[in-house]
Amino acid sequence: MDFQLDIFLAALPSLLRGAKVSAGLALVSILLGFVIGIIGGVCRISRNPVLRYGALGYVTVMRCVPLLVTLMFLYYGLPSAGILLEPYTVAILALSAVNGAYVTEIIRAGILSIDLGQMRAARSLGMSYSQAMRRIILPQAVRRVLPPITNESLTLVKNTALVSTITISDLLRSGLEVMTWKANTFSPFAGVALIYILMTLPLVWLNSALETRYRIR
Amino acid sequence: MTGALASSADMPVVIRRLWKSFGSNEVLKGISLSVERGEVVAIIGPSGSGKSTLLQCINFMEPFDEGDVLIDGRPIGLIHSTGGIRRRMSERDLNKLRREIGIVFQQYNLFPHLTVLANIIEAPVHVLGLPRAEAIERARFQLRKVGLHGKEDAFPGELSGGQQQRVAIARALAMQPKVMLFDEVTSALDPELVGEVLASMRLLAEEGMTMIVVTHEMAFAREVADRVIFMDGGMIVESGDPREFFSNPQHERSKAFLKRLLSHGDDTQDAA
Repeated sequence: MDFQLDIFLAALPSLLRGAKVSAGLALVSILLGFVIGIIGGVCRISRNPVLRYGALGYVTVMRCVPLLVTLMFLYYGLPSAGILLEPYTVAILALSAVNGAYVTEIIRAGILSIDLGQMRAARSLGMSYSQAMRRIILPQAVRRVLPPITNESLTLVKNTALVSTITISDLLRSGLEVMTWKANTFSPFAGVALIYILMTLPLVWLNSALETRYRIR
Repeated sequence: MTGALASSADMPVVIRRLWKSFGSNEVLKGISLSVERGEVVAIIGPSGSGKSTLLQCINFMEPFDEGDVLIDGRPIGLIHSTGGIRRRMSERDLNKLRREIGIVFQQYNLFPHLTVLANIIEAPVHVLGLPRAEAIERARFQLRKVGLHGKEDAFPGELSGGQQQRVAIARALAMQPKVMLFDEVTSALDPELVGEVLASMRLLAEEGMTMIVVTHEMAFAREVADRVIFMDGGMIVESGDPREFFSNPQHERSKAFLKRLLSHGDDTQDAA
């Protein structure tokens, strides 16, 4: 074993700086992905074919293209078409788009799991479709799918490691930098893995807490 | 008030030659029915006779194919446009008409994420645009009437089926509808909880609410309704005074239906 405490401790400040970047990207993309997911989920079941098939196309593309390829395409591919984007812009675009696609499918399933009588009752009281969706269906659907959304967020936190390929000094890249600087591979990567665990554990706990809470309903 | 002289303007619900089919299955075959203000009409009949579909057509939750439904003289659902072609009315107009039709469902359909009070004020505030305080006042008034004063902060899941159904009645009443539709509202209830719901409906009938009640509760139909409609095969087979209908049904199918109920004893709920 090649673990050296002094290298590990010396690496920590740099790793924590990287962790802050990763956490920030994750947080913004989780929030944006949630917003996209709500809109996408409603579009997926819309009677309007443009919205329905548009959302389906978006979800299919994002699920079928590897995130790494999306990142590379946006960062290295687009400039040849004259579109230059900042690395952070690319990272947030790609991460929220992928997360949004998965959340879209989760929200869609959530909406479809709500009893049809709820829409019927809301419409019978004179509510419009969008009022009923906003005030009656979505609040119930979102509550029901919070555990899978948390699970998806956990995946997203780990996926942020891919942004190290587009020059962003995230947690993984900070580890790589320490590795070259200290000529030691074990200690920095142990630190990187440990910090990823610390970032994702709260989500694991939140997930099981939510599952316990909503199990009986 | 079942006076024959009532003008058509005093007919909250007029149904004319209503046809409705699901695919090739004709569920309603030219139903006509006029309900006077303050009248309580009970619709009975075997399952699959089209009773519930008829009710769902009145607020156009189930779009019908042919015929008219007039709410206080105004057509709902399909309207004639120039050139004699019928088309679906705008959602906005439809929503406006639906406010005037209260409906209570077999499965209560309360909003489980909202408290009892929030369930009742939801539509008055967000559909009618009533100030919150006024809506709450209305809600408390209706809750008292159905005997659930003090349950404002409970969630539907914490209430018994009978209590939930009474909240559903209060929720519909808070919109101050012109007519109330009841769709087998006691069928999902445990037998010991049926009475409390029927009592609320009886009170409503005594207050002069116009009601159309699809029910398997023959005692309720006999005692509370002003008129009984017997439906079978998508048609109105027989219609008349409850006492007369139950003691002396005219048609073979009504006779067979009532006989079948009697042979099942008092358990009228499962008979049809």
